[in-house]
Amino acid sequence: MNTPMSFATARQRDQSAITGTMDPAREHVQIMARDFNFYYGKFQALKNINLEIYKNRVTAFIGPSGCGKSTLLRTFNRMYELYPEQRAEGQLMMDGRNILDKDVDLIDLRARVGMVFQKPTPFPMSIYENIAFGVSMHESLPRALMQERVEWALRKGALWDEVKDKLDQSGMSLSGGQQQRLCIARCIAVKPEVILLDEPTSALDPISTARIEELITELKKDFTIVIVTHNMQQAARVSDYTAYMYLGDLIEFGPTDSIFIKPKSRQTEDYITGRFG
Amino acid sequence: MNLRTKRKLINKTALVLSLLAMTFGLVWLLWILVEVFRLGVGGLSWDLFTKMTPPPGTEGGLLNAIVGSFIMVGLATLLGTPIGMLAGIYLAEYGQRGWLGSVTRFINDILLSAPSIVIGLFVYAVMVIHMGGFSGIAGVVALALLVIPVVVRTTENMLILVPNSLREAAFALGAHKWKVICFVTARAARAGILTGILLAIARISGETAPLLFTALSNQFWSIDLLEPMANLPMTIFKFAMSPFQDWQKLAWAGVFLITMGVLALNILARVLFKEEIKR
Repeated sequence: MNTPMSFATARQRDQSAITGTMDPAREHVQIMARDFNFYYGKFQALKNINLEIYKNRVTAFIGPSGCGKSTLLRTFNRMYELYPEQRAEGQLMMDGRNILDKDVDLIDLRARVGMVFQKPTPFPMSIYENIAFGVSMHESLPRALMQERVEWALRKGALWDEVKDKLDQSGMSLSGGQQQRLCIARCIAVKPEVILLDEPTSALDPISTARIEELITELKKDFTIVIVTHNMQQAARVSDYTAYMYLGDLIEFGPTDSIFIKPKSRQTEDYITGRFG
Repeated sequence: MNLRTKRKLINKTALVLSLLAMTFGLVWLLWILVEVFRLGVGGLSWDLFTKMTPPPGTEGGLLNAIVGSFIMVGLATLLGTPIGMLAGIYLAEYGQRGWLGSVTRFINDILLSAPSIVIGLFVYAVMVIHMGGFSGIAGVVALALLVIPVVVRTTENMLILVPNSLREAAFALGAHKWKVICFVTARAARAGILTGILLAIARISGETAPLLFTALSNQFWSIDLLEPMANLPMTIFKFAMSPFQDWQKLAWAGVFLITMGVLALNILARVLFKEEIKR
């Protein structure tokens, strides 16, 4: 990928880096990975990962296809449990607990860690029910409160104005970009602490992508966000911290500005300047 | 001959051959429909739906056979559909891997291709003999055994077509597995499953062999499930083979009714499926 633009953007960001807006020492840790390994059957997909996800920050995972960035993301809500041949080892600490422990309740974990996928996945039900479905898994709200919650979530998801008059229409009748915002709203409605975004804009057009990026920046006030992206400009635009991964190793992790301006590793530099990947 | 003309020639030949094959199939279907219409439509009358099957040489209709068919096909569908759907859901959502799933799938495939007369004889052996006589309920069981494999197969296939991302999205919201199935995957597949059920109904409404050994038939009005029960296929079989003209006429009217019913079910299934795909 050619990246003259990312440099321009990055250079502007360099100013803020100098003023020191992103200082890991001053952050609150939301999730902490220690000696974390992941296997697909016999194949080791993640090797000894150590990193922190900071509260109310956007963290981007970048790297070439197959580097393990989606795999890592999917361990934060233990999505991999759906597939018996996949397994994780090590520690993923959240509020002083290892979320990989056997006795962690997956339903609770997924209420705290929400996820939005690459392709929009509206459920075959109305827009209202799409939002209410997730909420009703965790809370039994009376009708009026549920309506409030649905409106709140759709407003947060920047979709309310477009759908407020057709809440009973099928969620599948929306455009691709609207569907993805519906999925984000659905995720928000559960009131998670962390939102995982797995290439959330790769199936969308540039305008929808821009709207989602604005939304991400808005959402980090209330949520911790982790985003996997193939688009380096996107990582530079929306994220505060960036992790560069390659073949299952975490090569470099730090404030997005320093990763993009003065990466410590030669490999990272080659990737973000488009010489590789 | 250069390559391009050769390619065009092959293309044309393949097209003509496939058109011929299609015409061959369609001609028979149309001929059947025309013949059924020609011979059956004459027998249609108010009496057909209001009078019982008559003794030879007297006026009558098919009321008891129509009602008997409705009862047995309806009950067989009510009995077979839930069992078939649950088994199909098990195969698609729980038993993808593992021996129980494979064994169930294998047995279901055998059941699916089993000749219906075998099913009829089976029910005769395990039910009719022990109950001491032919009965409507035995007919229902035989027909339900034909419904189950069709519904199992379509339910499984339609659920497998639901993209995995939809399942993951529901799990990611913290849903229990049964909620994911009831509210998301089964709902996404409902048009396909419904189509399968309609096709199963269409299939059993014309079956004669399984009823031959189970419900038999009944010249008179009876809705007692423990007694032999009148039904269209058996009545058609008996009347069409008879030397009496008025019986033969009634048989053709019955054939017409079944054909139209099955045709309507097929068209309904197609329309439903298309509607859902469009959404």
